[in-house]
Amino acid sequence: MSAPAARAAALERYEAVIGIEVHCQVRTASKMFCACAVPPPDAAPNTHTCPVCLALPGTLPTINRAAVEHVLTTGLAIGASVPPATRWDRKNYFYPDLPKGYQISQYDLPLAANGSLTVETSEGPVTIGITRAHLEEDTAKLIHAAAPDGRRVSLVDFNRAGVPLMEIVTEPDVRSAEQARRYAEELRLLLRAIDVSDAEMENGQLRVEANVSLRPRGTGPFGTRVEVKNMNSIRAVERAIDFEIERQAAALDGGEPLRQETRGWDDAAGATYVMRVKESSDDYRYFPEPDLPPLVIDAAWLAALRAALPELPAARRARYRALGLPAYDAAVLVNDEGMRVAFEAILAAGPGLPPKEVANLVTGDYGRALNETAERTASGLAGRADAASLAHVLGEVVAGRLSRANAKEVVAEHVVGGRPAAAVIAERGFAQISDADAVGRIVDAVLAANPAAVADVRAGRSQALGFLVGQAMKASRGQANAAVVQAAVRERLGRGGDG
Amino acid sequence: MGTLSRADVAHVAHLARLGLREEELARLEGELNHILDQYAILARLATDAIPPTAQTIALENILREDVARPSLPVDVALGNAPDRQGDHLVVPAILGGDGGGG
Repeated sequence: MSAPAARAAALERYEAVIGIEVHCQVRTASKMFCACAVPPPDAAPNTHTCPVCLALPGTLPTINRAAVEHVLTTGLAIGASVPPATRWDRKNYFYPDLPKGYQISQYDLPLAANGSLTVETSEGPVTIGITRAHLEEDTAKLIHAAAPDGRRVSLVDFNRAGVPLMEIVTEPDVRSAEQARRYAEELRLLLRAIDVSDAEMENGQLRVEANVSLRPRGTGPFGTRVEVKNMNSIRAVERAIDFEIERQAAALDGGEPLRQETRGWDDAAGATYVMRVKESSDDYRYFPEPDLPPLVIDAAWLAALRAALPELPAARRARYRALGLPAYDAAVLVNDEGMRVAFEAILAAGPGLPPKEVANLVTGDYGRALNETAERTASGLAGRADAASLAHVLGEVVAGRLSRANAKEVVAEHVVGGRPAAAVIAERGFAQISDADAVGRIVDAVLAANPAAVADVRAGRSQALGFLVGQAMKASRGQANAAVVQAAVRERLGRGGDG
Repeated sequence: MGTLSRADVAHVAHLARLGLREEELARLEGELNHILDQYAILARLATDAIPPTAQTIALENILREDVARPSLPVDVALGNAPDRQGDHLVVPAILGGDGGGG
């Protein structure tokens, strides 16, 4: 049986119950509890540390305001409630990646609770409950290596120790790998839209983990839960969960007990492998952090953050749909910040332009130009483009004064050089003659000069029609609107519109 | 109170990554249970009307603005390290260990 067929068969008997945990590096200049700069991904080892993040005796943490506000903003964007008072807790475990022997986190009073995110899937919209979003600190990075004398050792780099992480945990509401992928995509889009994180999975700013279990369809209790880690791309999230569903279904079918464990995703092998048997939550011996004062989040603070929220992706897609864009176009524009900025700017510069035409220009000719240059204007447009020129190009196309083929060249040239589109059109001789009288005069002259072809058309040989249209286009030096030329030739030769 | 079993003590020792001998486990079982007995005396007090607190000073919302300041030079940061390799601190490999990780 093929993999998709095996999965489909497994899913007839079992229902997948999936919860997703995302760790997101919120964008700050300094670490969570000290003033060390957040290291760039290529920072040399142990160059971003201080007595606080190295946990030297006698040091005390201080709370980064921006990190707290990013989590509060995220809470507002997912419709979560913010408890009036929150506090910090110590999560205790001993491992060389944790200099203090505990991680400062939040246990029972997170900064945001009870939100949700709705995603579009192939089976329609699905709303996924979000249990909580809280702040914590990242750990050091360990490299397992051999010392010069052959001993097996771990090399510790404390640069990331103390980098602020927001953990976002869903309810076990996810039912398929596709839903998990869509949730991860939509959450990443939201985090970028509200400007709290760059959310790049490749460099660990967004880490997705999934708790996957199966239960026989129609039953209530959850099965044994397996945590899947090391999914380093959105695609890996979907593949790893699909693999895990098949693996668990095969084990259950074979009467093999599943263990509660953590498994890693090996992208090259396309399989998960056992990393460790999970310690229970009690083993972390959470208790309140006495070194940090509690946070009281009042209505005024929240109101200020709410007022600063931009339009959220879901609202933006709905607005674009209301402008008449198909769902696909709306999603493409909302997913690509460069295209979204251009779409908004061109609509603002040319309020009379049909939004669907603007979307076509932005995702087509402009999108190509956008991909070909890394240069951006102050307003975020590609190269040296300005919205008025782009709106002008589209206006000329819509009015029939510029062919679509020539529009593509004008856009490309305008983006690179920044010259006004009207000037490019004039210099390149792209102004299209659409005026019926002007085109009619050219056609009349061509018909008079080609009596044999005219006779052929009248005799029913339609190839000659194309010849005459071509001659008229040539006579206009390519500037005549081809559709208007064709109509004029047909009208004069009495061939109607059916050719 | 005073009901920690030998297995509880061994479990806590494992969590702290302490390798303890049988006689040490026996001694600690007694000592830890003695400590718990003292807490049992405190637990007899009526505290229903007192909200739990982890704080002893009445401060709240003490926040630091998000401004980065210089970090320690590598050699100072690793100055107390018993072993280093290049600019990394070296620790014995912990196989099958569990980074609690997030």
